[in-house]
Amino acid sequence: MIFVEARAVTRWYHEWIAVLIALLLTVATASALLASLGLDPVSSLHRIFIRPLTSVYGVSELLAKATPLITIGVALALGFRAGVWNIGAEGQLVMGGLCGGAVALAFWGIDGFWVMPLVLLGGTLGGLVWGAIPAFLKVRFNANEILVSLMLTYVAILLLSVMVHGPLRDPEGFNFPESRLFHDAATLPKLFSAGRGHIGFIFAILFAVLGTWVVKYWHLGFEMRVTGLSTSAARFAGYSRDRTVWMALLIGGAVSGFAGVVEVTGNIGQLVPNISPSYGFTAIIVAFLARLHPLAVIPAGLLVALSYLAGEAAQLSLGVPAATTQVFQGLLLFFLLGTSLLVNYRIRLGRVV
Amino acid sequence: MEYGLFTSIIHAIVIASTPLVFAGLGALIQERAGVLNLGIEGLMIVGALAGFASALAGYPLIVSVFVAAFAGSALASIFALLVLRLYANPVATGLALTLFGLGLSALAGSQYVGQAAPQVAEWIIPGLNHIPVIGRAFFSHDPLVYLSIVMAGTMWWFLTKSRAGLILRAVGENHSSAHSLGFSVIGIRFLAILTGGALAGIGGAYLTLVQTPLFVEGMTAGRGWIALALVVFASWRPFRVIAGAYLFGGVSIVQLHGQALGISIAAQWLSMLPYLVTICALVIIASRVKGENSAPGSLGITFKESK
Amino acid sequence: MNINKIICRFVGLCLTALIALPAVADKTKVGFVYVGPVADAGWTYEHDQGRLAVEKKYGDKVETVFVESVSEGPDAERVIAQMAADGANVVFTTSFGYMNPTLKVAKQFPNVKFEHATGYKRADNVATYSSRFYEGRHVLGLIAGKMTKTNTIGYIASFPIPEVVRGINAAYLAAKSVNPAVKFKVIWVSTWFDPGKEADAAKALIDQGADILMQHTDSAAPMKIAEERGIYAFGQASDQAAYGPNAQLTAIIDDWAPYYVRRVGDVINGSWASTDTWGGFDTGMVALAPYGKAVPAEVKKMADEARKAITEGRLHAFTGPVNKQDGTPWLKAGETADDGTLLGMNFYVEGIEGSLP
Repeated sequence: MIFVEARAVTRWYHEWIAVLIALLLTVATASALLASLGLDPVSSLHRIFIRPLTSVYGVSELLAKATPLITIGVALALGFRAGVWNIGAEGQLVMGGLCGGAVALAFWGIDGFWVMPLVLLGGTLGGLVWGAIPAFLKVRFNANEILVSLMLTYVAILLLSVMVHGPLRDPEGFNFPESRLFHDAATLPKLFSAGRGHIGFIFAILFAVLGTWVVKYWHLGFEMRVTGLSTSAARFAGYSRDRTVWMALLIGGAVSGFAGVVEVTGNIGQLVPNISPSYGFTAIIVAFLARLHPLAVIPAGLLVALSYLAGEAAQLSLGVPAATTQVFQGLLLFFLLGTSLLVNYRIRLGRVV
Repeated sequence: MEYGLFTSIIHAIVIASTPLVFAGLGALIQERAGVLNLGIEGLMIVGALAGFASALAGYPLIVSVFVAAFAGSALASIFALLVLRLYANPVATGLALTLFGLGLSALAGSQYVGQAAPQVAEWIIPGLNHIPVIGRAFFSHDPLVYLSIVMAGTMWWFLTKSRAGLILRAVGENHSSAHSLGFSVIGIRFLAILTGGALAGIGGAYLTLVQTPLFVEGMTAGRGWIALALVVFASWRPFRVIAGAYLFGGVSIVQLHGQALGISIAAQWLSMLPYLVTICALVIIASRVKGENSAPGSLGITFKESK
Repeated sequence: MNINKIICRFVGLCLTALIALPAVADKTKVGFVYVGPVADAGWTYEHDQGRLAVEKKYGDKVETVFVESVSEGPDAERVIAQMAADGANVVFTTSFGYMNPTLKVAKQFPNVKFEHATGYKRADNVATYSSRFYEGRHVLGLIAGKMTKTNTIGYIASFPIPEVVRGINAAYLAAKSVNPAVKFKVIWVSTWFDPGKEADAAKALIDQGADILMQHTDSAAPMKIAEERGIYAFGQASDQAAYGPNAQLTAIIDDWAPYYVRRVGDVINGSWASTDTWGGFDTGMVALAPYGKAVPAEVKKMADEARKAITEGRLHAFTGPVNKQDGTPWLKAGETADDGTLLGMNFYVEGIEGSLP
């Protein structure tokens, strides 16, 4: 029989061992599957996981892909700690992209150092408003934020669609549903000469650091966490549930909106009907993989981003269908989530002590 | 048409809403046991494929429904193992389950693209179907529609009248107390997850067997998420899941008819209606009944047996 | 074998993976970026058929690669660039949303040829190609106009982009020309792919009296519903007779094979140049599926004649007199529409009810 018992002491390396085991399990499963397809596991795995990282270009693209995941992941980690279920970061991201993009288009062709901050502010406000709606409805009418934030995601995507099919359409674009390309003053600077890694990644790291500080040292972080853990304890301490709901959703909305405007101005360069391949939902996974620790969101976000890049590399160089890579992403996540048990518990073989 | 437009609209609403009813009930039973499973979308699509494959192989409807339910349960058991035994975070595991289910169904389902399942016969309820207007709208449907209503009724009875249901709710409300009373929290949640997986699987199968009826990858197109939202809308009560699903499905269908009748509003605005109406309805309900519509106490919290 | 040995083996495996080098190929490498899954039985499926035709034609001389389900947002640029960096000689990007990503990547890889479907921006190493699907819609409109009993045609549309609007107008004008009483009911489902919603829209149209369905969305669900309800429909992008053996009157088939084979040939023998191809029946890029059983002989004859006339350039789907929906004149009698207006079409022609979203 196999037994699980709590560790008396949890050491820092237990986390890493758990992650390593999960990665090894993924590699083992992947090797077995590749071998069964008649492919050489070693060279195949190299092509999928390592080669994308062997060039500046590849690293740059990895950072670009990870940027929204980390940014939103940090904000969600704070909110989830407070027990506020903001499932609608995707919608807040879309609104951020839409509003920020609209500002960029309003100042199209106008240069000035102030354009970019204004664009970022516009996007942040857009996301903030979209996060404020579920907060208001929750506080004022006791309407559950899971439903409201999720439903608003679909509304935001349709709103973006209306706008790029109509008012924000490129006037010279033959009525195709795309905006103009943003001009240079409304485009985020790149980090490298190759790829699309942009300074949004630096912001993401800053958010993670800031988030850690909020959790550890700022009273608000403590207050939010207490409210998240126990409503009665919070009430006893005089903490307001409403305040926590507001803070969690406003932070989540504003930061997701920021991620959205960073995505359109740093990565895409214009408004299009689809600005996010479900970053807002994937960031939920990232937040929990990091066990809601803002700093740990960085490696979690990079790992998940790599799994997407690896999926494309697998299609390109091995010709496996996209569905296979999706299955493997699922497996990788299962392994990562399943082995997190090893951090706080150890597995004993044999009889019960 | 031999029936009036109104009747036809109601008939279509019932069909469009039924997958949401099944999937919503599947999410509900799990949540009442304290398990938040965001993998409904993945469970639905796997059920959709399994049911479709069975129908194509020539098995009768009842067998296909069981196959879909079994497939949903099988996939859900992965979730149960991770969440209950390995204490994995349920929210992230549910999302991973969705990814996994979508990928798995796409992989296994590519061979079924281009094939069509046999049509499911309607079970016309004698007598009732002659009632003007609603007779056709409500009493001449495929058997699964009636099953969805029966399921909601059964679940209502189970949760409110039966001892087992009481235990399940106790586990969902406060798993530590339930545990100290000697109930197996893990065992009960495991059964709830399997049942929920089965129901979500049937919900998916309804799409491929009746509503669409064909299989293409990704065809659930977000219905699993709507089902999750509807459980919240229903404040975790079975019959309100039906109400929520019919409201959502109703607005979706009516806006399509509105367009065909020539309403001049941009279609995207109309497509937003089901979501906005659901939010408004929730706000009205939630602001009227304070307190009683809160989520199960232990929802989404991992239970760890302490020895 | 004990656990340690297994772990050692996998660590070794990973380390070897770090230093292994990929093989270099000297064939002409052709890349395809798809917006949907290959198994979508529609748009992407037909592009993949084109890819397979290239493989069949050139055999060992080419190697093809593809990435499917690439969303039109931020991921597209990375995938296109990765293909170019992996040594592709020519990359086909098969959806409108890939336009600016394709151009950006093309700038970074001046020696790689790019081909973008349905766009309008070109460069020295970026060509564009599309099909005059509206020619097919014209024939569909004729058949529909002749065969409808209720004089109501249902049209399931995705988003109000010129491509879709053009199709509705072309079909309507053709139907009207043979049946002045015909009416079009259009439902915009605001999605390219949601079989459930498409099926619901199909039912709504049928319930409102449509007895023939046309669609400009990507799933075969409307065809299947038409079959169940015993009415007629036209397939979209692919032959959908499997879903509607009795219902399908014909289907517009996007046949990309002739174009892909020709262009890849140009790359192989070094004669590739950036061009703008908008091919119709004449190039074989728009084809029709075999007529369904229900189509009477005289309708077949009429459809075949129209198709022949279009192929030979004697007939244009948009020939005046045509007014815009608000009654303002667009084309004078005998005048045909210019490609610029068609490319950016954002208005209904006179007679279509409802307003464009």
